[in-house]
Amino acid sequence: MKNHVWRPLVIVLAIVGGILIVRTLLVPKDFGIQERGYMYGWHRKSNEAEWKKYPVKYKTAVICRECHKDQYDDIKDSPHHSISCENCHGPNYDHPQNPLGLKIDRSRGLCIRCHAYLPYKDSARANIPGIDPEKHYPQAECVMCHYPHDPRRSNPKYQKSEVKS
Amino acid sequence: MMNRREFCKNAMIMAGGIMIPLTALEVFNPSRLHAEKDGKGKVRWVFLVDLHKCVGCGFCVKACKIENDVDWDANVTRTWVERYVVTKGMPGEEPKTYIDSPKGCRDGFITQKIDQASMGLKDIKPEQISKAFFVPKLCNHCENPPCVQVCPVGATYQTQEGVVLVDRTWCIGCGYCVMGCPYGVRYFHPELHVAEKCTLCYHRLCRGMKTACVDACPFGARRVGNIRDPEDPVTKIITTEQVNVLKEEFGTKPQVFYLGYSMEVK
Repeated sequence: MKNHVWRPLVIVLAIVGGILIVRTLLVPKDFGIQERGYMYGWHRKSNEAEWKKYPVKYKTAVICRECHKDQYDDIKDSPHHSISCENCHGPNYDHPQNPLGLKIDRSRGLCIRCHAYLPYKDSARANIPGIDPEKHYPQAECVMCHYPHDPRRSNPKYQKSEVKS
Repeated sequence: MMNRREFCKNAMIMAGGIMIPLTALEVFNPSRLHAEKDGKGKVRWVFLVDLHKCVGCGFCVKACKIENDVDWDANVTRTWVERYVVTKGMPGEEPKTYIDSPKGCRDGFITQKIDQASMGLKDIKPEQISKAFFVPKLCNHCENPPCVQVCPVGATYQTQEGVVLVDRTWCIGCGYCVMGCPYGVRYFHPELHVAEKCTLCYHRLCRGMKTACVDACPFGARRVGNIRDPEDPVTKIITTEQVNVLKEEFGTKPQVFYLGYSMEVK
């Protein structure tokens, strides 16, 4: 065959070869069809391990109980027993190695997540005692009267007269 | 000059010749064979939401945002809680459904006023309310995830356990998956500019823990379980009680099941 036919063919082959070389360099070795098949499992396998390595911040109340048994006993029979410690005390991170992670949220905003009154008779919200946050001692923090671990008790740290004045 | 008989013959040979190598490749692709043979693992995570129990406190959203480093103030969230308030039908007035989810319920529902975006805050009198409830939402980790099908680069995928994940290093940020999801659970990471979504706390599940939202819920409204384990309490509820899924008509086979579902839920 004549030379003018071969020349473009060589160029085309070089381009195809170049793309294939670049592809093998760029595409990770473990990229391909994984367990979920061609349509849903076409990915880089090592990414699954990367997601698995993601640090756990909320270690759950079971971990808290190991050391803070007194606090657990304080809350276990109260209506607030189902609230995880970390919901108010902040996520564990790597406590107790680094206790700076825990920051207790004593704000009104935290309490009224559940205790702001909403007139929804059929929802579970109706079973929770509710207040109007704008009218119920708006100048005070909830913890000044109510003891968070057991809301049936008043908070021994504060005197009621402080709040009402 | 080619006659018709010859043309048909050549065309058949050509078509056959093209098809043989393609099918040969399919048959001899070991990873595909492996995928289809062992495609069913021992674990398939599913999620169960009990709408009767949700009070709209938003602890789940808060825990999810902190656990997964989702930007606290940006208007993005991997899970959220919607409030549905259905009004009574008055004479000459149809019953209406008002839906809101201010900041994705990050701080809970603390006011009766319903956020209607550009229409302002809507205050509905208690006597006008026919029913009201809260609906937690998250990624449905569908059995047929449309977001995975549309990804042009293989950056989003489903693991053997049924969890849909995104490879942050491989995502090109085209946004097809954000558009493809019928449930609107995907968004762009405000800093990394890659697609983001609920990972079903994959890092917690494979450590034997529950998801952050499940652990944070004080009312047991959210639960996670393994549908392949017949003894799993979540599996027992899904297989024996009246549960529903969202937008079944899309054919995505969502794996987040709802107890106490109401027809107003979108």
